[in-house]
Amino acid sequence: MSFVPGKPVTAVVQKIEIQKLRQGDNLILGFSIGGGIDQDPGQNPFSEDKSDKGIYVTRITPGGPAEVADLRVGDKIMQVNGWDMTVVTHDQARKKLTKKKEEVVRLLITRKSLEEAVKHSKGCHPRQ
Amino acid sequence: MDTESTYSGYSHYSGRSRGSHRHGERSRDRHKSRSKDSRSEKSVTINTPPAEPLLGDSSVRGEQVQDDNWGETTTAVTGTSEHSLSQEDIVRITKDLEDSVGLDCRRYVTRTIAVILGLLVFLTPLAFLVLPHILWPEKLQSCGTACEGLYISVAFKLLILLLAVWALFFRPARAGLPRVFVFRVLLAVLVFLFVVSYWLFYSVRILDSQDDNYQGIVQYAVSLVDALLFIHYLAVVLLELRQLQPCFSVCVTRSSDGETRHYNLGQLSIQRAALAIIEHYYCDFPIHNPALLSASKSRAAKHLAGLKVYNVDGPGNNAAAGMAQSQSRAMIAAAARRRDTSHNELYYEEAEHERRVRKRRARLVVAVEEAFTHIKRMQEEEPKKAPGDVMDPREAAQAIFPSMARALQKYLRTTKQQHCHSMESIQQHLAFCITNNMTPKAFLESYLTPGPTLQYGKDHWLGRRWTLISEASVTNGLKDGSVFVLKCVDFSLVVTAKKIPYIQMSEEYIDPKSHKFVLRLQSETSV
Repeated sequence: MSFVPGKPVTAVVQKIEIQKLRQGDNLILGFSIGGGIDQDPGQNPFSEDKSDKGIYVTRITPGGPAEVADLRVGDKIMQVNGWDMTVVTHDQARKKLTKKKEEVVRLLITRKSLEEAVKHSKGCHPRQ
Repeated sequence: MDTESTYSGYSHYSGRSRGSHRHGERSRDRHKSRSKDSRSEKSVTINTPPAEPLLGDSSVRGEQVQDDNWGETTTAVTGTSEHSLSQEDIVRITKDLEDSVGLDCRRYVTRTIAVILGLLVFLTPLAFLVLPHILWPEKLQSCGTACEGLYISVAFKLLILLLAVWALFFRPARAGLPRVFVFRVLLAVLVFLFVVSYWLFYSVRILDSQDDNYQGIVQYAVSLVDALLFIHYLAVVLLELRQLQPCFSVCVTRSSDGETRHYNLGQLSIQRAALAIIEHYYCDFPIHNPALLSASKSRAAKHLAGLKVYNVDGPGNNAAAGMAQSQSRAMIAAAARRRDTSHNELYYEEAEHERRVRKRRARLVVAVEEAFTHIKRMQEEEPKKAPGDVMDPREAAQAIFPSMARALQKYLRTTKQQHCHSMESIQQHLAFCITNNMTPKAFLESYLTPGPTLQYGKDHWLGRRWTLISEASVTNGLKDGSVFVLKCVDFSLVVTAKKIPYIQMSEEYIDPKSHKFVLRLQSETSV
């Protein structure tokens, strides 16, 4: 998941659709994010490359909408509703996720197990 | 005498003074302690015989090759040592006589020369001033105001010169060095030439021509005194200031137990550096304890004692050196092949000894603390007790000493320090501690750790006579890598000098405004 500046980033992503839950006046998604280009990437426990300044899922509220939608701790969020999340500040990411007008967020997330699954499948079943 | 010869006849080369023990006649009191230890050793080391033949020994030596460890009781070995040592003894006696006579003579000669030179220097300006009045008083111009002012200046400068010379040169000599002090000799020669040249000028230009300008003569005398003060300044710089800046780092190692210290010295001649090192030795090095070395010697003897070398061809067939070489090679090879478990013994022995020392130490500390609780300083306000109860420090020490004496004696025996402290000295120390309100721990400090040599009584300052052994001349300056040895009676100090490197320092300027910091955040937001 590391990137080379100037080169396009490629990753295996999974689409996750989360329905926001209404709690009083707020719409909540049920997870916490960490990371951002204004944060210290070295303290991120989930990233493989410690210079990765992307947005990561750090906590999932049990029973919340994110858990229902199969979002997992340690997932890196690449896009939210089409907006890029790889080069954003922490606050910008928060804003994109908590727009009051939207009731559904469609995330593109990537995780290590996805890459490995693709590699495994490529390896086991060579192209005919 | 028989049982005293615990060394084979050849080991006397390692220390001249060891011979003194085997001859009761030359007993120096400062070797009392050592003689006890040499008698306690029962090991015999088979040393390779030296190349130089001993007097009248060849037959006896051949015999000894056949003998194994019978040296302790065989009279033949004693006979060997007696021959060689009596010869050496005579040599040593004559050398000592020479030395003592030579040194005393030199000291007196130096003093006499110094005094004569001093008198010459001080009386010269006065002579310059007085002689015209004596020799041609009528022709002389009277001394005006300026001239009389110069009298005062001469008087005070002479006084200052007198005090300065007394401060610099007339200090009690602290050592007798083997060679003359080069700088002092040079200065003395300089002063002498200087004064002689002034006298020459004076006698030729003033006495002969009977100059009548008295003021000029007084100014001449003043210039002499000024120049003498400058020479004294030169003396201060050469003798005192030059060696203050540290230039060499010397490493001093004691040969008997490996104690090492490092000192910084300036640019000194080898003999002066040796003197400085000896003075540091008395303050810094813990006292030389021969009793602690016997363990390693007995171990070394055990290594060799297990092997016996038989000369099958019989004595006197080969040259002595060749035989010895083959012997030692055979022994080294055999020792290497043999499986040696002495390291095991050493480990357990040391652990056991450590445990024993700690136990004895604990008992000692408790005993001393208890003893000290029996003594209390009498306050003045207390009602006067009966005269029998009031004690001075010495009596107080004698009163509480018996309760701790046994524990202290056992501890000293275990740490092999018993010969360093006599009962009298312990009681004196106890009285001293009581007088100065010291705690039991302070009293015990001098017994728990071996202190520097100066701490012990005068009879333990083994060897106030030191020999400087050096390959370079001892009046040469210290150089990088110079090595010399200071030999004492029981051990020697090996000194290596290294030059302190030239230090190149550069500066780096830090702008106070350049200290800036950023926060490293990792925040977590729930959405």
